[in-house]
Amino acid sequence: MKYLALVYYDEAIIDAMSKTEWDALNAECYHCVQSLKSSGHFVDGAPLHPVATGTTVRVRDGKAAVTDGPFAETREQLAGFYMLEARDLNEALSLAAKIPPARLGSVEVRPVRELPVPAEAE
Amino acid sequence: MQARINSLYKAESRRVLATLIRLLGDFDLAEEGLQEAFMAAMAQWPQDGVPENPRAWLVSTGRFKAIDQIRKRARYDTSLDDIAEQLDAGLGAVDDPEGENIEDDRLRLVFTCCHPSLSAEARTALTLREVCDLTTEEIARAFLATPPTVAQRIVRAKAKIRDAAIPYEVPAPAQLPERLDSVLQVIYLVFNEGYSASSGEEVTRLDLCAEAIRLARLVLQLLPEPEVQGLLALMLLHDARKMTRSNADGELVLLEDQDRSQWHREQIDEGDGLVRDALASRRFGPYTVQAAIAAVHAGAVTAADTDWQEIVALYDLLLRLQPSPVIALNRAVAVAMGEGPAAGLRLINALLDSGQLREYHLAYAALADFHRRLAQREDAIHNYREALRLVRQEPERRFLEKRLRQLVENA
Repeated sequence: MKYLALVYYDEAIIDAMSKTEWDALNAECYHCVQSLKSSGHFVDGAPLHPVATGTTVRVRDGKAAVTDGPFAETREQLAGFYMLEARDLNEALSLAAKIPPARLGSVEVRPVRELPVPAEAE
Repeated sequence: MQARINSLYKAESRRVLATLIRLLGDFDLAEEGLQEAFMAAMAQWPQDGVPENPRAWLVSTGRFKAIDQIRKRARYDTSLDDIAEQLDAGLGAVDDPEGENIEDDRLRLVFTCCHPSLSAEARTALTLREVCDLTTEEIARAFLATPPTVAQRIVRAKAKIRDAAIPYEVPAPAQLPERLDSVLQVIYLVFNEGYSASSGEEVTRLDLCAEAIRLARLVLQLLPEPEVQGLLALMLLHDARKMTRSNADGELVLLEDQDRSQWHREQIDEGDGLVRDALASRRFGPYTVQAAIAAVHAGAVTAADTDWQEIVALYDLLLRLQPSPVIALNRAVAVAMGEGPAAGLRLINALLDSGQLREYHLAYAALADFHRRLAQREDAIHNYREALRLVRQEPERRFLEKRLRQLVENA
């Protein structure tokens, strides 16, 4: 079963890190990904640039409105994601617990669903 | 035969359900299978006689009927064909229906229902419904919610178990201690529901108490943690007094008036032993301390022999572990027993002044009793009236009314 693990942390924690600490965190993440790949749990994933580099699009009444920054101000910001293949939720949770930023912020684990194929597309 | 099947349902339906959930991988399917199995029993056993192993028969029949259901639905949704095949082929006969597996299934069910991925209310509602077979009405009463709210919580919880694929398993050793906390909480709630109905005529509902105790024993077997011992001890000690809590007319009997020779000595001894073990571990928590308080009461040969000082000391410890206004109220009553009613009045009025317990009938009942002992008639009457405004349980209501009548008539 596929689960999306959304990694959140307060960017202020990262901003307060030295370059050495930041490099060390990234190295941990790299090894985490390698480990998940070799165990067959890694489907996809990526770290993201900070939330200030984001842009939000909303279409209302056929008009596209574009605003700077994330969709909402939150205490912790989305930092990256992993798409995991796991047997069940408990396995997904124990994999998510190993994601290095889990000790700094929060990892939301959500089951992925299949988009039903509409009748006309069959 | 009907009576035999009814008592079999009471004794075995939860075990059968727990096993069916494992075999079928779905709560609703398992429940359907369970119902169909018992219906089949009612239809066939009068002719064929009760099978040698009724539980195994029910599990096997329930599973068969459930798979049959899926096959019928597969006519309209062919994706169900695969599921029916898997369920039918993969599992074969029910292994070891008499052995450990059955209890393991119950533990799987308990831990699944208490999974932290479910909200606290969902955990409790689901466990009470699936493990203890309470109706949504009974659960709603226990939580001061409405039956539709409870029903919805249960539906959502099952949906989450399905959609997020919460596995039907006992947690790995590393996760076990933290997963245990929510289990204990649910067990205690079940016991309380059985020990004193939140409204209505019965003071105690014995089956639920036995159920909670049985659940705690199961969990203790798996995980001999001090707090599990503490919770089991607490329930055993309360349960030991159940025969004396009300008299033949269903009237409430106060602790100080209970016939202690009717208390279940074996249960008290067992509870006492568990408390000592748990305290000795130094890793105990609130349940253990509450059990220790109950043990002090149970150890007093007469009410007058009660060591109130030790009880107050234990309440102090309990409040440090678990600050709560109800515990503070109980402590105040204990203080009053040792130091006199005036001390109790000061403590409880302070709680009420700080905004706590204002809707809790026992606070006013305690105040009324203290005033009564101090011959402060008007204040006693006023507080009995307040308590009556808030009381929900019939035997408690009658008790308070009697006290009030005595004061009013002695004008």
